[in-house]
Amino acid sequence: MNWGWIIFALTIWLGGWAVNEWLVRQKTDGRAMARAISIVVPLIFGISLLAIWEGVTRGFNIPPVLLPPPSAIWDRIINSVPILAADFRQTFLKAVLIGYGLGCGSGFAAAILIDRSPFLKRGLLPLGNFVSALPIIGIAPIMVMWFGFDWPSKAAVVIIMTFFPMLVNTVEGLTSATNMQKDLMRTYAAGYWQTLLKLRLPAASPFIFNALKINSTLALIGAIVAEFFGTPIVGMGFRISTEVGRMNVDMVWAEIAVAAVAGSLFYGVVTFIERAVTFWHPSIRT
Amino acid sequence: MTRLWQGNTGPVTVVVAVIILLWYVFVVVLNTPWERDQAERAGTEIGFSQLVKNTMAQERPVLPAPHQVVTEIWKTTVLKKITSKRSLVYHAWITLSATLLGFVIGTALGILIAVGIIHNRAMDKSVMPWVIASQTIPILAIAPMIIVVLNAVGLSGLLPKALISTYLSFFPIVVGMVKGLRSPEAIQMDLMHTYYASASQTFWKLRWPSAMPYLFTSMKVAVAISLVGAIVGELPTGAVAGLGARLLAGSYYGQTIQIWAALFAAAALAATLVALVGVGQRMVMARMGGPA
Repeated sequence: MNWGWIIFALTIWLGGWAVNEWLVRQKTDGRAMARAISIVVPLIFGISLLAIWEGVTRGFNIPPVLLPPPSAIWDRIINSVPILAADFRQTFLKAVLIGYGLGCGSGFAAAILIDRSPFLKRGLLPLGNFVSALPIIGIAPIMVMWFGFDWPSKAAVVIIMTFFPMLVNTVEGLTSATNMQKDLMRTYAAGYWQTLLKLRLPAASPFIFNALKINSTLALIGAIVAEFFGTPIVGMGFRISTEVGRMNVDMVWAEIAVAAVAGSLFYGVVTFIERAVTFWHPSIRT
Repeated sequence: MTRLWQGNTGPVTVVVAVIILLWYVFVVVLNTPWERDQAERAGTEIGFSQLVKNTMAQERPVLPAPHQVVTEIWKTTVLKKITSKRSLVYHAWITLSATLLGFVIGTALGILIAVGIIHNRAMDKSVMPWVIASQTIPILAIAPMIIVVLNAVGLSGLLPKALISTYLSFFPIVVGMVKGLRSPEAIQMDLMHTYYASASQTFWKLRWPSAMPYLFTSMKVAVAISLVGAIVGELPTGAVAGLGARLLAGSYYGQTIQIWAALFAAAALAATLVALVGVGQRMVMARMGGPA
């Protein structure tokens, strides 16, 4: 037991809490100030979480095999950049991005196609909703058998996982243009494609971006879990499952940190594009 | 008859039939190379009808035919004793128990966090962004480690798997409940003010009832996702028991039919769980006097 670290953790925790309580009670006039506060508050919370983690693991002498302190994880990240980079390339740049692109693309295309047929729409939508609730991740072993150990099998899992959310959301989004707006397009003598491109797709874009955001996390999960079923000796999921076996827990956490940062950045980029494309939507204007 | 086609039943039936038909076509196409290979080794020619028949009855097909999967499910559920390790019911029950435990803990935790967020501004500002960030982390990736670490501390069996389900399922609950608890309109809150209602009275008589629809919608998502958590949680324990273990064992030994059977069992389980939450929703809504 090391009381210094425990007191350190407690101080940071109480201090951060007090600062946050004080910050959210501030009345600000400037919008910039309000924005800064809304960024700083969660930041302080996150930092104090890390400090508590560090303090508790060191204070109570928790063996690093169970839970390494953040500083040790950071050391490990710095020391094994080449391995992490190779894993990142294999899992993220190949399996995730390619699968995500193909899955979202084909889901979108399928939605546009079935949109013209009310029969297919009624037949496929309930099924799509149903499939979205299924544990699709379970097809991973089958895909590994079909497409081999390398990244195509992971991309295939990602494609199937991302296809249905995209299909369902796009079809739903395409119905969101109001009759009034469609009538206006008709008075302009707009054809099907013009109406689609200029009215219905922009109106559907909040839904489409919703699917893109859901899929960004699904894709990463799908690729990593699929690697548990067999990979060449590189990849984030492979590294996690083997290093757990070797009790190199700090390496596992380093890999998780990379995955977390990659996932958050991916999500952030999609959100950023969403804000640029759907600038007109009420939830973004305010 | 026309009502059948205007509703969803007719179209869905047709689409499902088409999918099954396509499946059979794929069975023939994907399994043909192996049959041809076999025939070549035996030095015999194989006729088309014989080929089609063979592709649907392989021991370890690339893609098993639907009826093979159904037979396997029938064999491993009805014909086996429930306590047998080969019974799919036994494995499904193990996965189900972890799922339900995780779902219950996750729902309770999610509601607690949501209540905290509603009543404390500092918590709203500081916790909410992290709740969202926590889901951009591929949490399933941590699953094997959580299992191994908790095993090392002496926790094994149900709880570690349930904790993964918990982590996955608390998120939709938090987001839904925060939205739901905030859904009463200003005018309703004002009415509670004029009644001189305390915070807890406002909570139990206004906020909680109006959050119910949101809670149930979130619970449907949460129960589906906690099943995924339980299945993935079973992978790293070395294929001992559960649907995830069936998947892993099947993939080790190339038992495709077993994989598909486990997959269908998981799908049926997910559908049942979501439907049960739906039934609960309808009952609660009816009790509350809302449109059932």
